[in-house]
Amino acid sequence: MSADMTRFVVRRLLSMLLVLFAVSVLVFLIFNVLPNGDPAVRMAGKIPTETQIEAIREEWGFDEPVYVQYATMMKKLFTGETISYFTQQNVNEEIRKGLPRTFALAVGAAIIWMAVAVALGLYSALRAGRISDRFLNVLALIGISMPVFWLGALLLYYLGYKAGIFPNGGYVEFFDDPVQWFWHLVLPWFALSVLFIGFYSRVLRSDVLETMGEDYVRTARAKGLSERRVLLRHVLRNSLIPIVTLWGLDFGAVLGGGAILTETVFNLQGVGQYAADSIGQLDLPPIMAVTMFGAFFIVIFNTVVDIAYAALDPRIRLEGRPTR
Amino acid sequence: MNARTPLLEVRDLSVSFNTEEGTVPAVDGVDFRLHEGEVLAVVGESGSGKSVTATTLMGLTRGPNATISGSASFEGAELLAAGEEELRRIRGNRMAMIFQDPMSSLDPVYRVGDQIVEQIQAHRDTGSAEARERAIELLDAVGIPDAARRADAYPHELSGGMRQRAMIAMALSLEPSLLIADEPTTALDVTIQAQILRLLEDLNRERGLATILITHDLGVVAEVADRILVMYAGKVVEQGTLDEIFYDPQHPYTWGLLGSLTRLDRPRPKRLPQISGSPPSLLALPQGCPFRPRCPHEFSKCTELPPLEARVAEASGQCDRCWLAPEEKREKRVVGGRIGLEAPTA
Amino acid sequence: MSTSGEHLLEVTDLVKHFPIKSGLLFSRQVDSVRAVDGVDLHVSAGETLGLVGESGSGKSTLCRAVLQLLEPTSGSVRFEGRELVGLRQRRLRPLRREMQMIFQDPYASLNPRRRVGQIVGGPLKLNGIASGVELRRRVEELLDRVGLSPEHHDRFPHEFSGGQRQRIGIARAIALKPKLIVADEPVSALDVSIQAQIVNLLDDLQDELGVAYVFVAHDIGVVRHISDRIAVMHHGKIVEHGDVDQVCERPRDDYTKKLLAAVPVPDPRESRERRQRAGSAPG
Repeated sequence: MSADMTRFVVRRLLSMLLVLFAVSVLVFLIFNVLPNGDPAVRMAGKIPTETQIEAIREEWGFDEPVYVQYATMMKKLFTGETISYFTQQNVNEEIRKGLPRTFALAVGAAIIWMAVAVALGLYSALRAGRISDRFLNVLALIGISMPVFWLGALLLYYLGYKAGIFPNGGYVEFFDDPVQWFWHLVLPWFALSVLFIGFYSRVLRSDVLETMGEDYVRTARAKGLSERRVLLRHVLRNSLIPIVTLWGLDFGAVLGGGAILTETVFNLQGVGQYAADSIGQLDLPPIMAVTMFGAFFIVIFNTVVDIAYAALDPRIRLEGRPTR
Repeated sequence: MNARTPLLEVRDLSVSFNTEEGTVPAVDGVDFRLHEGEVLAVVGESGSGKSVTATTLMGLTRGPNATISGSASFEGAELLAAGEEELRRIRGNRMAMIFQDPMSSLDPVYRVGDQIVEQIQAHRDTGSAEARERAIELLDAVGIPDAARRADAYPHELSGGMRQRAMIAMALSLEPSLLIADEPTTALDVTIQAQILRLLEDLNRERGLATILITHDLGVVAEVADRILVMYAGKVVEQGTLDEIFYDPQHPYTWGLLGSLTRLDRPRPKRLPQISGSPPSLLALPQGCPFRPRCPHEFSKCTELPPLEARVAEASGQCDRCWLAPEEKREKRVVGGRIGLEAPTA
Repeated sequence: MSTSGEHLLEVTDLVKHFPIKSGLLFSRQVDSVRAVDGVDLHVSAGETLGLVGESGSGKSTLCRAVLQLLEPTSGSVRFEGRELVGLRQRRLRPLRREMQMIFQDPYASLNPRRRVGQIVGGPLKLNGIASGVELRRRVEELLDRVGLSPEHHDRFPHEFSGGQRQRIGIARAIALKPKLIVADEPVSALDVSIQAQIVNLLDDLQDELGVAYVFVAHDIGVVRHISDRIAVMHHGKIVEHGDVDQVCERPRDDYTKKLLAAVPVPDPRESRERRQRAGSAPG
């Protein structure tokens, strides 16, 4: 990694740490400080007893000064001592259990949507204005317009429940049965990807069209490069830069909780579904933990995306230095 | 004129584009010959068709909206009718092109050396290490200091002059016999412009590299060109040798271009000689001679398009499109003691 | 230098540095780009000062710093005796009527969503000088003055050629009858035959309105024609200045000499003779 790049990465990592700190303070404020009322009561859940409330107050230090409360909260969240008073389960445990499922869903969907979107976007761009392009445009709009939970429910009902081709929801551990693991994820992957495919293929299409008009593409042709090389190494390489950064951000968001609806519809018992359930119960400790987890993931992915952008586009690396 | 086979022979080249607003006749009936080692300057302003002519020779204007006719014979190959694969083999290999803005003409995400290597490997079976060495050699040959280090630079890390030199190096990497330079110095400072022109001149002299130099600036041409083609509104309005065009120009547009050249070694004129009006829209060309609306010397015959012909008996290579008789031209073109266009009262 | 009371514009030791920030976590200034590095110049009423320099010389930054479109790092700019540097926006605004600017890129300097009439009439309307029918009349007069026709009033910029757009920009600049116009490369982006038209127009307007110009360009030939005095800029400093004929014919500074020598000689015989005299051509 060149000196420029190293400096860039270090700078980004340091600012990421700062942002993570700020996020943690914000989460703390949102849950414990800002709302009116007694935080212990809120924490206790729907049917609190007096002793419970008192115990919570003690444990979380609500009588202590604010910064001690903050420290306590951070300690509990990060060392796995958070308990849901409603379900009596350890929150961190639950998150840990749900993480691989959310991961499987998110990673699979992300790969699918990216691969399909790039293929469709490129195809549309090369056939811009023609019928195939317009047709794909309509498809993309439909994809963007379909709500994920509606599509998911539809697929689950017709292809899962009625036709029996796919399983009727649920998740199978990979190490138990890889084939079934895969089979159970096909519909969820599809449901989650459709929206993104629609959006990304359109964005890539317009990026490619713009890039094809650039002078350096003309130069590449003038050099006598094969059309395939011109397309892949020059047009696509440059058009992908904005797409990759968008992808990183969206992936972070999906991982951080954006797949809530899909997980719930298909009953995958991932982190998203855990969050949905907890919200329904107004069970504060899990909500806090998932929020924190989600926010952290998004911040980390933002940083990864920044670094990826600099790796892809050398012009970004020179910050604050004059050219030459 | 000797009877060697020309390196490039263009006959009746016409290119028109279908646009939303109508059919644009960007190039209309262009003829010229280029011999080995010759420098041909194609001079014209916006809309003249000079760039389209060049890019069409390279096959870069082909597309569903373009209608190309005529013939362009290069080293025995017919460029306009050539298949994609044949054209691709010629491009960058036998015939190379450099463009106006070197910043936007180089891919910003690849190192300069790698872009040269890419061109070499597209046409030859050369290994990476060897190709890289050649790239460094070329960068050095075009006057880039510290070439080995600079080969690893990205385009935005180089200055404008160096970028253009890098582009030239890239164009020469496979030793083409023809270089087309489309306004290579327009985007550069005047001191860098002088260096790049000198470089092109040296390359022409030392390697016998035939060059088509496209520019809107006749001044730039005086030091480098052997022959000149003057284009206006898609047509060639005059062509001849360097001396013929500068000292015995036959077309009023050429007089106008010559008149508007600034000479630092002459006293300043009271008013800068200008050509009134502006180039016509290619969608609404005037009837007959395209220059007619701006020409102070137009007369009744000008509503008929003059053919490109040799009208000066002694110099059969010099052709123009103007109905005026040679004696009339000699008289009308002198304005205020030098060649120019304005009507005498100006 | 004459006493400051005489000149319309007097710039003394003007400096504009752009800080370069670097640092792992917090940006600290480590260096600066000295775009304008101590410039003195002056322009008298009705005269034209030509400013010549290559890219990176700082001439565009200088224009903006003089007109207070950029805040100078230090130095003084006096317009009609009044100090502009450090002046608050409220006080600066009435003075801005007297100083206008013409920009280089005719395709970027006109708001594409506004009609010509709005663009040219904008300054008049904003300053409360005219409105309604009177405004329209004045705008049409201005359009006529710059060689356009009144019917162009309701068209959009994209319907015009580069040269015509530049005329629109000039009409806008003279609308308030300013005493000084800073023209930053007004003809560089135009075709050669159109350049002369615009320069001649500016010349005519100067005769009519008595406006002073700071005419910035990288083409010495054009600058030489329109200027009374000329200043050569290099790396943020003025390396030579004086009467235009004197500087062009008898330059004293090395950079000026280099600049003048680089201008191509548009005369084949002359060029060949020069080359023979010089032997192997110096780089």
